[in-house]
Amino acid sequence: MKKYCVFLSRCLALSFVGDWKYYFWMFFLSVIALMGLNAYTQQFVNSLITTGMTDQVSWGFYIANFTFLVGMAAAAVMLVIPVYIYKNHDLHDLVIFGELFAVAAIIMALLFVTVDLGRPDRFHHLFLRFNFPESMLAWDVIALNGYLLLNLHICGYLIYCAYCKRKPTRLFYIPFVFIAIAWAISIHTVTAFLYSGLGGRPFWNSAVLAPRFLASAFAAGPAFLILTLMVISKATDYRVTHKALMTLRNIVTVALTINMFLLGSEVFTEFYTDSAHVASAKYLFLGLHGNNALVPWIWSAIALNTTAIIILYSRMSRKLPALSVACILLIIGVWIEKGMGLIIPAFIPTPLGEIVEYTPTLNEILVTLGIWAFGLLIYTICVRITVPVLSGQLTVDTQLRDRHTTTTPLRGSSAPHTITTQEETAR
Amino acid sequence: MTLRIWESQAGEAVSNSSSRSCNCQSRPGFTRRSFLRTAPGAVGGMAAMVAALSPLKDLPEGSLPSVEEFMQKHYKEMSPEEMDAALARMSREVEDRYGVVPSIKDYKPLEGVQFVYALNLSRCIGCRKCVHACVEENNQSRSPEIQYIRVLEMPRGTTDIEEGNHHYDRPTVPGDTHYYLPIQCHQCANPPCTKVCPVEATWKDDDGIVVIDYDWCIGCRYCEAACPYWARRFNFGEPSLPKDKINPDMGYLSNRPRPRGVVEKCHFCLHRTRQGKMPACLEICPVGARKFGNALDPESEVSQILKTKRIFVLKEEVGTLPRFFYYFDERYPRDDGNSPESHAEPVEASE
Ligand code: SF4
Ligand code: SF4
Repeated sequence: MKKYCVFLSRCLALSFVGDWKYYFWMFFLSVIALMGLNAYTQQFVNSLITTGMTDQVSWGFYIANFTFLVGMAAAAVMLVIPVYIYKNHDLHDLVIFGELFAVAAIIMALLFVTVDLGRPDRFHHLFLRFNFPESMLAWDVIALNGYLLLNLHICGYLIYCAYCKRKPTRLFYIPFVFIAIAWAISIHTVTAFLYSGLGGRPFWNSAVLAPRFLASAFAAGPAFLILTLMVISKATDYRVTHKALMTLRNIVTVALTINMFLLGSEVFTEFYTDSAHVASAKYLFLGLHGNNALVPWIWSAIALNTTAIIILYSRMSRKLPALSVACILLIIGVWIEKGMGLIIPAFIPTPLGEIVEYTPTLNEILVTLGIWAFGLLIYTICVRITVPVLSGQLTVDTQLRDRHTTTTPLRGSSAPHTITTQEETAR
Repeated sequence: MTLRIWESQAGEAVSNSSSRSCNCQSRPGFTRRSFLRTAPGAVGGMAAMVAALSPLKDLPEGSLPSVEEFMQKHYKEMSPEEMDAALARMSREVEDRYGVVPSIKDYKPLEGVQFVYALNLSRCIGCRKCVHACVEENNQSRSPEIQYIRVLEMPRGTTDIEEGNHHYDRPTVPGDTHYYLPIQCHQCANPPCTKVCPVEATWKDDDGIVVIDYDWCIGCRYCEAACPYWARRFNFGEPSLPKDKINPDMGYLSNRPRPRGVVEKCHFCLHRTRQGKMPACLEICPVGARKFGNALDPESEVSQILKTKRIFVLKEEVGTLPRFFYYFDERYPRDDGNSPESHAEPVEASE
């Protein structure tokens, strides 16, 4: 237990240490996160009227980001499956980075739902009277929190074992890994059901919604990981193999292709049938009665995704710069498609045919950016700790050795020392 | 290397002693150097945090729940004494805020009653008097404006509500080429809105009215997304209504003033109808287009309408089983014979 506390305190200390780039990045994120906090306080004081939402478009930017992030979190399994089911060892260590990202993404997703609540002060009502299994939102609360705990356990355990230089006991994590795989698919499916189960919203009420969610998630999530891994290889001496990145690239390519196919099927069904239900889709793709706020969004999403697909299928993408460009395009494309392109059009026109457009307010955008910055802050810290542990620079031994040399065994006095030496090796 | 270890030890000693005097938490890993580097950062961070939270000082009084309100149980879990205490608290709050002593009661559904509404589209002239009577009866917020009833101006020749005009504005109604379709909560017998609520803040009562516990709703607006009739409204801002406009006859589940951040909607004026009165929208209607009553009572006007008129419901295909029916004046030809329009003789059906 004591050893574990030391480990935690050393992690904490470590997260405050780095080169100037690290400091700059953390400072930048903190400033944005604080701006977001400030904006949320404004919202808390003045109520949700500070957002662009109305009775007509009653969910907006927050829920859009929530949906996207749930997908990103689910995508961690796309690393886990090859490793644990297909025994692909190139990705072995990288699994942890995926799962850490899942943790950060789930925290962000939960924050997005929380800021969307009209009465955050009544949050505890969820514990007192929980409408399970009727409400899909209740399912989602369980799914998301369960997934968060699972991933915290798996990453925490593996990192701690690496720190203690122990071989992880399979019984303590392999069963959880398999549960997490099923669970990851379920979080995204449940979130899709949240929307597709509403008969009053024809735009969502389609069986292809859940598969589409999964496909786009499995494209955007690994794409984000590719970018992270590239940054890690650049910024630290941790080596990520080219082969691992190429495996991820293949996953992204296949998932994005499936996603585009499903989008196409949906568009065909809507427009060829051309029933009354097509109004929302028409609004989204073409504009309705002169209202076309979302048209530029969806077409840029399609353009971004198509460019990404072309790059990914060409030989170019074996080179890292091209691959990173494709990943960035694709993440933005999927973000638009899942957010502005999926949540908002379902409300336009309203079930009574009224058209009220939606644009997020500045305050809403600041809150959103704040949550993103906060999530990335968490993720950066996690990666900052994990890299030295996994590469064996921060282990229980480094501390023990210090204990011997230190005459007065002041607890923790070793931490700054190990960090400085390790910093030196990093440079 | 040795030097550094020594340095860090010395630093540790210094920072330890100084940390005790300055009451900072001594953490492993604090050397003087890192302390000097961290301290301004920590101070700056705290200052930034305080600055970020500063809008909290503008928090209007009373917008945070009182302890009593915070501890209040779900409507269905309250004992009679707890309910009395809750009603007393609400009454106090209304008095403090609006200077009116209200009578707030918890009206329970009556035995053997299933309320239904029927609206005669041949009669409705689209004057929107019902919309405003509803607002006055039910203490809706005037700014931001909340209305439960939406009247659509429909071009003749279609029942597609997407063709309706929500914002018609003409000096006199009705328009020559239109008919009018008022829409409010249909109190569905199979309500999708209650199903989705994560905290069971909304449910269908025994007389068929779908109600909301405004003190339990967490404001997720999932129900608003689920309703196929766009019947629910959310208090995006702090509701405001002038003191002289308050209606002091209130029900727990109906027209007591709502707090911000919760959902509300039509409740068939349950504080009136559960006492045998008619809803406000019905009473104001100048042309008698609105009919309301107990479907289980064969003598009631609505039972007669359901039996004899050509009724329909909106969006039947979504399976919500509304208890809000629309009809036109014309009766079924196969009537019991005593209506003047009943003239059609049964004709032998051809193959
Ligand atoms: S009309 Fe809407 S709010 Fe009313 S019961 Fe039906 S689904 Fe619920
Ligand atoms: S807004 Fe309120 S009543 Fe509606 S689903 Fe959410 S908690 Fe339930």
